[in-house]
Amino acid sequence: MEAWQPSELELDRRLQRRRASRRSVLVALVSTVAFAAVAGWLVVSSPDWETVRNTFFNVEIAKSSFPKILEGLWLNIRVLFFATIAVAVVATLLATMRSLRGPVFFPLRALATGYTDLFRGLPVLIVLYLVGFGIPGLNTEVRIPVAVLGTIAISLCYSAYVAEVLRAGMEAVHPSQRIAARSLGLSHAQTLRMVVIPQALRKVVPALMNDFVSMQKDVGLISVLGAVDAVRAAQIAQAQTYNFTPYVVAGLLFVAMSFPMIRLTDAVSARMAAREQQGGTV
Amino acid sequence: MTAADRATVLKLDGVHKLFGDNHVLKGVDLEIASHEVVVVIGASGSGKSTLMRTINLIERVDDGRILLSGDDITDPAVDVDKVRARIGVVFQHFNLFPHMRVIDNVTLAARKVHGIEPDVARDRAIGLLEKFGLGEKVDDYPDRLSGGQQQRVAIVRAIMTEPELLLLDEITSALDPMLVGEVLDLVRDLKEQGSTMLMATHEMSFARSVADRIVFMHSGRPLEVGTPEQIFGDPQQPETREFLARVTHR
Repeated sequence: MEAWQPSELELDRRLQRRRASRRSVLVALVSTVAFAAVAGWLVVSSPDWETVRNTFFNVEIAKSSFPKILEGLWLNIRVLFFATIAVAVVATLLATMRSLRGPVFFPLRALATGYTDLFRGLPVLIVLYLVGFGIPGLNTEVRIPVAVLGTIAISLCYSAYVAEVLRAGMEAVHPSQRIAARSLGLSHAQTLRMVVIPQALRKVVPALMNDFVSMQKDVGLISVLGAVDAVRAAQIAQAQTYNFTPYVVAGLLFVAMSFPMIRLTDAVSARMAAREQQGGTV
Repeated sequence: MTAADRATVLKLDGVHKLFGDNHVLKGVDLEIASHEVVVVIGASGSGKSTLMRTINLIERVDDGRILLSGDDITDPAVDVDKVRARIGVVFQHFNLFPHMRVIDNVTLAARKVHGIEPDVARDRAIGLLEKFGLGEKVDDYPDRLSGGQQQRVAIVRAIMTEPELLLLDEITSALDPMLVGEVLDLVRDLKEQGSTMLMATHEMSFARSVADRIVFMHSGRPLEVGTPEQIFGDPQQPETREFLARVTHR
């Protein structure tokens, strides 16, 4: 059998589409360059630009403060690593506790609900102060590193956010899935572990990644406890030079750190949307 | 225990079910013998699905008793997971687990509930899947399968652990008419192998050919029970006649 060849009509349509898309790219390019040129000229030609550049974008100070800030960022990354593990464990426990049924489990359910209500409402900074300064005040004999206390405080707060996301995901799994699992003789716990949670996680991956990106930058808050992280290192450099460039450097480093995760979140969301559009679930 | 008792797989004794003020089951008595296929017919809302769900303990009965091979499964002290493991259920909307491959869907209960070795479960599952024309789908996810294939996988999942009783709740209602046949053929195979089944369906010609007994449910009661010849050929109750006239004339 002869292979199908597109008709004249279709070839003409493709040509038209190509022309149209070339034109759009060109228009976008020209307008972007024009806009950037005008914006750039406006900034550079403004009367105090020199002062602004020296205060925030001083290359010399950026270079000299960079090693210390990077060293500080390494602390942030370690805090982030342990906080992520703690949050994953605690949040799953909380979400599971809230999904327990039966009057016997009322105390656990109430505890989990109270916890999430409390820590979702509390400002992270207050939790940091309470844990970071309050706990060492209880016993002056034992010294717990502030980074550890900071990790605990961040984990306490984010566990509450993430638990709510997980719970929403668990509730989004259709009840017929639970019924099917229980009908096979699986227990409530087995149903949660093997049927509900795996499907729930898939549904909330974008939301979880969003929380992770958010936590990536909030680990910078541990600097208020005196831990020498990227933010603190920048602050020290700023105090020595009376220049704000170190903060910009630290800020850009946090942005750079979160960038892969943000792109990954977008990619995962797009892939999931594409998969859902094929239809045929359950 | 007499011989007649031993042959009884399922016995319902005055089963009532209420949802609020809605009295859905109003004293259902029913017995199903071993290897028997009982088909429940009746209009929507007549209590067919609720009946199925009470047997599987998804709904708690509000009165009466249900005995599975002589055990009172409505006893509050009974372990519901153990009871459910003895009953296979196939649903209208298949309810396969979308995050598991066909093989894992089918072997889940065998591995996790019945403690069968994974290799043994896998071999048995593959045997069953091949037998029912699903040999090529073993490692696929459910969303890659047609509705008919999904429902056949769901049936294999239900029979995998050789349950004492199979409950089939309108298993072809969500299927394209073209795909109904392949699912019903599988049910016919199961009957030939001697499965004990309770089945709710709207497929009257199938009900007629496969059932040992037909139960006509009407407003929460089995109004008329008999062989397919009796129910379809010579219905005694005016409600049965009216229902059959409506569903067969379309």
